[in-house]
Amino acid sequence: MAYKFQFRDVFAQQDAIVDGVLTTLELSTAVISLGFLIGVLAATLLVYGKPTVRKIVAGYVEIIRNTPLIVQLFLIFFGLPSLGVKLDVMTASVLALTVNLGAYTAEIVRAGLESVPKSQIEAGISLGLTGRQVFRHVVLLPALKNVYPSLTSQFVLTMLATSVVSQISAAELFHAGSIIQSRTFRDFEVYTVLAVLYLGLSLLMRVGFSACYRILFRR
Amino acid sequence: MIREVSVTDVWYLVLAMRWTIFLTLLALSGGGAIGLVVAGCGASGSPVLRTLARGYVGVVQGIPLLVWLFIFYFGLSIMGYSLPAWIAATLGFSVYAGAFLGEIWRGALLSIPKTQWEAGRSIGLRFLEQLRYVIIPQAVRVAIPPTVGFTVQLIKNTSLAAVIGFVELTREGQLTTAATFQPFVVYLIVAALYFSLCYPLTVYSKALERTRRVAR
Repeated sequence: MAYKFQFRDVFAQQDAIVDGVLTTLELSTAVISLGFLIGVLAATLLVYGKPTVRKIVAGYVEIIRNTPLIVQLFLIFFGLPSLGVKLDVMTASVLALTVNLGAYTAEIVRAGLESVPKSQIEAGISLGLTGRQVFRHVVLLPALKNVYPSLTSQFVLTMLATSVVSQISAAELFHAGSIIQSRTFRDFEVYTVLAVLYLGLSLLMRVGFSACYRILFRR
Repeated sequence: MIREVSVTDVWYLVLAMRWTIFLTLLALSGGGAIGLVVAGCGASGSPVLRTLARGYVGVVQGIPLLVWLFIFYFGLSIMGYSLPAWIAATLGFSVYAGAFLGEIWRGALLSIPKTQWEAGRSIGLRFLEQLRYVIIPQAVRVAIPPTVGFTVQLIKNTSLAAVIGFVELTREGQLTTAATFQPFVVYLIVAALYFSLCYPLTVYSKALERTRRVAR
């Protein structure tokens, strides 16, 4: 192989890389927090909602889970303006990713809610807990504990999926990579650096989430 | 020239689904081959092989698919091969699918109780015979629902091949948008077409899961 690797040109653009990493982190944090809330709400409605509400939420979950993220993003960013809803790049990115994660989270948390045995709920009621207390302490927390591994894997996947919003020019890490590529023409080196950075971020998240597990669910 | 979205455009989008399906099938075969090796290593007794399998899965799942596609797309060209986008896409998706299928199938292999291996041995079967006649028939039943579920993920993710210029459903949608300037209608049709591919598989995968649970 006669190719000489030259990473120097890529590392010379470290400001752009750092900005990209920070934006990816910000974007991921916003999307994961919002998506988690929407997901828990949707899961609760899926399990305890009225039949019509259940149907609507199930429709949302199935439509999102059976179409590609990039098409959802294009529909929101390029499609909505023709209905008079014009969103800037970042809002559209957060919206698309949040709606997407919300559906996946809903499905995961639903499985968790259904995994709580009915006898536990009855035990809670017989102890004199109110409906809200039963939901919070007897149903929701143990449910989240049960699905914690799949939930956090989904969060890591979402962080990786934020790279897709580079396709509408949101200035996150992948987009920073594309810009450096067009400045330096060091294609392969740029994407190798991106790979290592994303791998680092995902490892960091995994370590962080397992530390959180010990703090959140310590008995 | 700007024109309306016509029946012909919709028909072209439907035809573009062929390439989405084609790429999914290629990725399933390439990823299936890698996945078998990964699952075999991951479920084996050797700590070295297990670590290698875990490392492969960790690295592949820790890097965005988009980055994998570009690494193969540009990586092959610096090695002196100028290959069409669909080959780079196939390689990228195979590596990606290999990790997920490997994990699913490893889990399926390990879900078969050890006593089944021992039962095979006690009736005089050799290792490969135990695998062939006792373990695999049971593991396949466990593996099929999540494998179908992952196929849905794969179909959706082939949309990213549009970014390296492979003309499948999403890329065709972008081209149609450029000609008609009606992104909302076009992407709505594109989304509906993906849904028509994925939803039946999702339902099928859920049905398989239910029947399996009843059978137990």
